[in-house]
Amino acid sequence: MNFKGMHIVSVRDFSREDIEHILDLADTFIPTARGEESSTLMNGKIMATLFFEPSTRTRLSFESAMQRLGGRVLGFADPGGTSAKKGETLADTIRMAAAYSDLIVLRHPQEGAARLASKFSDVPVINAGDGAGQHPTQTLLDLLTIRREAGSIDGKKVALVGDLKYGRTVHSLAYALAMFDTELTFVAPPTLQMPEEMVETVGHMGPKPKLVNSVEEVVADADVIYVTRIQKERFPDPAEYRKVAEVYKITPEVLEDAKKKMIVMHPLPRVKEISPEVDDTEYAAYFKQAFYGVPARMALISLVTGGDQQ
Amino acid sequence: MKELKITPISNGTAIDHIEAGMAMKVARILEIPDAEIRSTVSIAMYVKSKKMGFKDILKIEDRVLKKKEVNKISLISPNASIVIIKDQEVLEKYYVSLPKVIKGIAKCSNPNCITNRGEPVETEFQVTNGKEIRLRCLYCDKNVTDILASIV
Ligand SMILES: [Zn+2]
Repeated sequence: MNFKGMHIVSVRDFSREDIEHILDLADTFIPTARGEESSTLMNGKIMATLFFEPSTRTRLSFESAMQRLGGRVLGFADPGGTSAKKGETLADTIRMAAAYSDLIVLRHPQEGAARLASKFSDVPVINAGDGAGQHPTQTLLDLLTIRREAGSIDGKKVALVGDLKYGRTVHSLAYALAMFDTELTFVAPPTLQMPEEMVETVGHMGPKPKLVNSVEEVVADADVIYVTRIQKERFPDPAEYRKVAEVYKITPEVLEDAKKKMIVMHPLPRVKEISPEVDDTEYAAYFKQAFYGVPARMALISLVTGGDQQ
Repeated sequence: MKELKITPISNGTAIDHIEAGMAMKVARILEIPDAEIRSTVSIAMYVKSKKMGFKDILKIEDRVLKKKEVNKISLISPNASIVIIKDQEVLEKYYVSLPKVIKGIAKCSNPNCITNRGEPVETEFQVTNGKEIRLRCLYCDKNVTDILASIV
């Protein structure tokens, strides 16, 4: 696929080959992302970051990616004080930003916002999360992490743990992993288990995913344990939340029977899902995962602006 | 002799083969009743039908349906047929067909969908017909929960 001028809205718009192409390119950007090499690839180019809801982590990762490539960044970190607050439509804000920049990174609280933006923008739009909807760059950085830290995506047994019902990142990740030759297990309490529709979709693409409700059932067999945040708000009863949070907590003891090369991932920020003692073990891949967001985003930025063809 | 359920019309549209019991809903989609209407509208419900067992029929004088209206009807009665009558002659007869994508004729039932926020876009849904008709929003990816209620 030629990515130049393409909008990046959902991971479902990609084929497996597209994803591999992006990850291959991301690999080559790792030294630049670390600051070991410098790049002039995006010299003279401007990226607009429009964050209609704050997400410091995602915004800084995008801005770091653009600046490491020699480009510049403009935009806002939250909608306070912008014309959107005064009732301007997203469509108009996008038309304006497209006139000032070479690509737009959009974070928005409403689902479908990125799809809408792509219809009004003359420059590529990259979705940095829209409501409970899509967050394709998170999925790409997750895949890059698995490929680099676990050695490959194909052939891996991946357990997704925690809030699988509402967690937006795990739905796109499950879908993307199913495009590869993976075995998926969904680990969650019954009330937070993966939506049936998603289980069905994934099952049609590859082996039927297993559904279990304790980490102990998967720990010895898994190559990747991907932990997500369980939010207090999902539980009407605070005692029930505490109980669930305790059961799904990852500690060195829980990981005792794990394979030596198993990795633990988390989209961060974590609260209590992973105890700090795990940080010092070989299993912890979540801080590296945050770093891989930079090369993954560098790859997308250069692809959609045509910079990779230089 | 065949018993006549509704008097024939000279000019206008007959909607035949409506799912039994759905005629009032089809009428509602066509904004009937309306205080401005000065032509006859007749409704027959639970009419015996060889093909369907029972069916409903709706006849509207002096009105030809727009494409959008026919698409709306197809969503709640996918087997309906449309007969356009002029000077007592059948001018055209066809079955409705479910479009693959519908634009602007339904509202997304996800309150957090961007299409419900006053943006200058028409809604778009992908239509699939398996066991039942499903509309999936092409913006937020959610399925419409109540199709009839979503039609605008
Ligand atoms: Zn929607």
